[in-house]
Amino acid sequence: MSSALNPDAVTQAKLWYWQRISAMVLALCVLVHLGGMIYAVRGGLSAAEILGRTHGNWLFGIFYAVFVFACAVHVPIGFARICEEWLGLKAGAAWLIAKALGLVILVMGLRAVYGVVA
Amino acid sequence: MSATLKVKVWRGKTSGSFVDYEVPRLESQTVLDVVTHIQRHLDPSLSYRFACRVGMCGSCAMTVNGVARWTCRTHVSKVADGDALEIAPLSNLPVIKDLATDMREFFDKWAKSHGQFKGTKTRHDEFEQVRPESRERMAANAGIECIGCGVCYASCDVVTWRPDFLGPAALNRAWTLANDVRDNAQRERLKAVAGDVGCHACHTQGSCSERCPKQIEPTAGIAGLKRLAGRAAVRGELE
Repeated sequence: MSSALNPDAVTQAKLWYWQRISAMVLALCVLVHLGGMIYAVRGGLSAAEILGRTHGNWLFGIFYAVFVFACAVHVPIGFARICEEWLGLKAGAAWLIAKALGLVILVMGLRAVYGVVA
Repeated sequence: MSATLKVKVWRGKTSGSFVDYEVPRLESQTVLDVVTHIQRHLDPSLSYRFACRVGMCGSCAMTVNGVARWTCRTHVSKVADGDALEIAPLSNLPVIKDLATDMREFFDKWAKSHGQFKGTKTRHDEFEQVRPESRERMAANAGIECIGCGVCYASCDVVTWRPDFLGPAALNRAWTLANDVRDNAQRERLKAVAGDVGCHACHTQGSCSERCPKQIEPTAGIAGLKRLAGRAAVRGELE
C-alpha cells in the first residue's frame, strides 16, 4: 500500500482486490470465530477455562493471526475512504491516519493472540 | 382527494427558496402537469425543462418530495404527501434557474469515461456477428436503454461527497462499451474509468439502481468494471 498516496487507477484496482480478498478471509474467520465462541461457552465461561484450552494451541494462534492480518488489510482501506469523503481530508492525510490505524490493529491484535496462546 | 394541491417549488439558483402555490388537483395528474399549470396560469417566470412528456427524452427529471424522478411519468397520487408536493431541481448539479439544472458536467463525464464507441471496421467490411445470447451482449443489453436523464447522478451520495466522481450514468455507459466486442479502445477506457474518481469510488449503495426509471442497474455495471480493472491490474494492463 506504499503507493496508495497516489490515487491512480492501478493503485485503486489493487486496493480493491486486496479489500475483496481480505473480506473473503474475514467472512470465513468471523463464521469460525462465532461458531467457536458458541461452542466454547456451552459449559459456562471463565478466563481460566478459556486460557487452559488456548495455551500452547498453535493452530488457534495461526487462525487468529490470519484474522488479525485480514483486519489490518481491510480496515485501513475503508477507513481512508471515510476520512476522505466524510471528514474531507486530503488523500495523503487520510492514508497516514489509515495506515497508523492498520498498524495499531496489527500490533494490538497480534499481542492479544500471543497473550492467549503463549 | 382534496380539490387543491399545496405545492412548494424551488425558485432561484443555487441560493433561493421554496415558493408556495396552490394548484387544482386532477385525476391522473402528473408532476409535470403541476409544474406546467404553475407556469401557464400562476407564474410565467418559472423555468423548467421538458420535451417529450412520455418518458423518452430524459429532460424533465426533478426532485419530487425529496426523490429524483421523471416528472412526466410520475403521477401526483403516487408521490404526494397528503396534498403536499415539494418540487426542486436535481441534486448534485448546478442550478441555472428554478427547476432547470446545468447538465454539462454530467455529460462531460460521459466523454471523460470514453463513452464513445471506437470501432475498426469501415462500411466496406462485413457486419460483425454478435450473438444476442452471448454473455457480453446480454451485459450490454442490461444497461443500453439509458436516456441520460440524470436521476441516478442526482441520487448518488458519492457524487455529493466526491464531486469529481464520474457517476453511475457515465460508468454504466462505459460498462456497455466494455461489453461491446466490436470496440477496440477497451484499455484506454478501462484506464479512464478505474481509479479514485471512477468505478473504485462507488460504495455499492445502490441508490442509482433503486431510482433508475428504466430499471437499469449501474451498480452492477460498476461492479463489473471493478472486476475488469482488477484483472487488468494483475496482468499489468492498466500501467
